[in-house]
Amino acid sequence: MCGIVGIYLKNKKYNKQLGKLLTGMMNNMASRGPDSAGFAIYNKSSKFKYTVCLQKNFELKNLKKILKSKLTNTKYKLIADHVVIETSSKPEKTIPILKNIQDIDLVGYGKSIEIFKQVGNPKDVVKKFSLDKFSGSHAIGHTRMATESAITTDGSHPYSTGEDECLVHNGSLSNHNNLRRSLIKDGIEFKSQNDTEVAAGYISNSLKNKTSLKETLTNGLKDLDGFYTFITGTQKGFAVLRDEIACKPAVIAETKDYVAIASEFQAMAHLPDVNKADIYEPKPGIVYSWGS
Amino acid sequence: MNFDLSKKTLREVNSYLQNIDLKSNQRDFVIKNPLGNHALCAGLQDEIKVTIKGHVGYYCAGMNKKAEVTIEGNVGTGVAENMMSGLVHVKGNASQSAGATGQGGTLVIDGDASSRCGISMKGINIIVKGSVGHMSAFMAQSGNLVILGDADEYLGDSIYEAKIYCLGKVKSLGADCIEKEMNDKEIKHLSALLEAQNIKADPKKFKRYGSARSLYNFKIDNVSSY
Repeated sequence: MCGIVGIYLKNKKYNKQLGKLLTGMMNNMASRGPDSAGFAIYNKSSKFKYTVCLQKNFELKNLKKILKSKLTNTKYKLIADHVVIETSSKPEKTIPILKNIQDIDLVGYGKSIEIFKQVGNPKDVVKKFSLDKFSGSHAIGHTRMATESAITTDGSHPYSTGEDECLVHNGSLSNHNNLRRSLIKDGIEFKSQNDTEVAAGYISNSLKNKTSLKETLTNGLKDLDGFYTFITGTQKGFAVLRDEIACKPAVIAETKDYVAIASEFQAMAHLPDVNKADIYEPKPGIVYSWGS
Repeated sequence: MNFDLSKKTLREVNSYLQNIDLKSNQRDFVIKNPLGNHALCAGLQDEIKVTIKGHVGYYCAGMNKKAEVTIEGNVGTGVAENMMSGLVHVKGNASQSAGATGQGGTLVIDGDASSRCGISMKGINIIVKGSVGHMSAFMAQSGNLVILGDADEYLGDSIYEAKIYCLGKVKSLGADCIEKEMNDKEIKHLSALLEAQNIKADPKKFKRYGSARSLYNFKIDNVSSY
């Protein structure tokens, strides 16, 4: 199963309530994915943000100690076991440093994105990360019922394989092993055996080659074999794609203030003015995008 | 009688509607704040009228018998699935597999229905005022699917003896589904289906589709059982 949700704000009216709106959406999708949950929040900053997950017995002070002499102009925000490191140091320099620290996992980076994910019931996970306190321009969330790989933080969505990029997925891919091998040859790195991470890598690899998001996803229709509804986030917005058989559900609600997407309408029932929203299902094999 | 699903549980509401006290005269019900709940009004079996004010989730009015359920909003997957009799009227759009395996009664959808509308239908009448998605009437066995809008790919794939009438464009027909003659008998038949729902459309303008009967062992001797 799995539940996917996303909300894109068309204006600033609800920016401060973004986390609160997404909390309700995630809570309502807990029944579709009780194993783990995660979310990506986009909130533009002038500096780079790197979200890392601290492993057991490794504390923020240890991380600060290691990074003190290596990164410049650095601020730390600790939320549960995740740390958002805000720094003016660029990715080319920062990423190798972070990857060298054994006791942390880099979950995502960019000028907007912050990613939090953990095993456990989504209702507990969103509480743990105080999702309701976040503000931003758009956000994507996932509640996971594990099928393709183990219930671990690495197996949780969203997957981020590029700057300000992320992907959540409801479904399963059948050609991910082959595709992973060919993407590794192209220099894409993978942390898990998960099928969705391969799709995220596929998108990053294509965007890296200056292909537009819309064209990338359209090409995905022939390259990604399996069942899927994807929501893929970028710094500017997000896009939605369902495979051509369209077994995996999705419903969109659009008002003058926001666009929301979820696996089921239930996830959006609490959103402001949703009863006046234009509500429709994304058609199979067609890319829908907002902002990006 | 009114129910508010933000105050009462889904189980309480369904249980009340499924076990109507036949000695009481209460036959009209309104459900407010459905909030996308699943299986709302599933398994109703008495002649009651229920109006749902808002959008609902999956399998709304599934297995319906005799009841008349109106949904003033959109419905999720499998509305009126396996309906036996009665009427289900969706005023908005329906998600996939609307009227799946329906054995009788009528399902009216004012908006669009997405993929696999009427999949494996077994006697239900489904009238969609908008368009239907891909693979509608897949393996449909009997009953009527009337589409006032367009139909997406593979309409009527592997169809048995159900009848499809479509006013708009059909993107493509599925395996073993062909266009059939719209003779006087068919025009009369469709006319009755439309009139029963007060739909003003010219039955002569519809095209009819059905089985080429080359995929399954059709025997003319059994035609009366469909």
